Amino acid sequence: MGYLTLFAAFFRIGLFGFGGGLAMLPMIYQSVQQFGFMSVTEFSDLLALSQVTPGPIAVNAATYVGLRFLGLSGAASATIGVVLPEFLIMLIVCRFLDRFRSNPLVEGAFTGIRPVTIGLILAAILYVAEGVLVNGPVISAQLFTAGVEYYNLIPILIAVCAVILMTVLKVKPIRVMLLMAAAGAVLGGTGLI
Amino acid sequence: MTKEDQNKERDKKTGTLRDLASLFWGFFKLGLLTIGGGYAMIPQMQQVAVDDHHWLTEEEVVDCIAVSQSLPGIIAINMATYIGRRLYGLKGAITATVGVVLPSFIIISLAVLVLGAIGDNPWIAGAFVGVKAAVCGLILLSAIRLGKQILRTPFQWVLMLGALAAVGFFGINAVWTILAGVILGILYSQIRGSGKHGGDETEQASGKEAD
Repeated sequence: MGYLTLFAAFFRIGLFGFGGGLAMLPMIYQSVQQFGFMSVTEFSDLLALSQVTPGPIAVNAATYVGLRFLGLSGAASATIGVVLPEFLIMLIVCRFLDRFRSNPLVEGAFTGIRPVTIGLILAAILYVAEGVLVNGPVISAQLFTAGVEYYNLIPILIAVCAVILMTVLKVKPIRVMLLMAAAGAVLGGTGLI
Repeated sequence: MTKEDQNKERDKKTGTLRDLASLFWGFFKLGLLTIGGGYAMIPQMQQVAVDDHHWLTEEEVVDCIAVSQSLPGIIAINMATYIGRRLYGLKGAITATVGVVLPSFIIISLAVLVLGAIGDNPWIAGAFVGVKAAVCGLILLSAIRLGKQILRTPFQWVLMLGALAAVGFFGINAVWTILAGVILGILYSQIRGSGKHGGDETEQASGKEAD
């Protein structure tokens, strides 16, 4: 039963996951919460792990969630679930490729899907920032009413530094992630965060 | 014509065990070496598929990227299935897909075992906080980069903000926002006059993104 739930949850994520890994995150998060697979904190641990390990985020997430929930065979169920929809769709689409891409209904659908995926990517930030940059939900009245202790100043500083490194200094994202992992380890080891 | 010749040329490779092993290894390496998701994988995919193995021509790779981006799911899986199938049919598609998935499956499994064994360690916990904070910045930049290419009309801005509010604030299931995007997108392009070039700008934009 558990295996089927995992498989179905991740099959749905693969089927509706337009716009790549980041846009799929809110969907993964919502499924994880709906079926009680893990907490928000553990979900953002998973995301952090995905950023410093190779491979597609959705595959990493499926493996991680499946493993934590039902062990190695759970990991296999979830991973096959998330991979199967795009595998099957691709096999079908290859057969009538040109007709698919120039169909006005398909084109129209994508004028709607593309902006939605950007909204979903931004929504992913809210999930990650919760408990890391602020001590609670990101969108709430506390943002204005709570004192300075609501904000985690050092992680906010890390986020700002990461943006500066990636934009102004053009450092590759993976190097920035590893650098911030090292900085975080030192700060954590010395009890600052 | 040249494309047809190449196709004939390729049909000679019937997908022997040796061919499949080479395909598997090529995609296994791609899965192993790309960190940071699908978009980071595209340039490396071009390198491996065109320059190293001559699996596809430059033109076919662009087609493959365009199709992969317009389908749901993981871009790397889409591309692996596409290339594998073009080369050796169904068995090629399966070989390439398993090859690209396996590295992350193995590495995440090992990472969970190792981290589980370490337990609560302030250094590891600190490293996670550091990466999570940096990821917030990374996601923001990624959204801005895509937004610059895609968000050109008020309609698109409304959809983007609507999806953000629905999922981020009201906790509505993300699947519904995708379906709403499909319906509104079709209605919008039909209303705008026979759907003429409704998606062209963004089609090109997402092509550029891939470069």
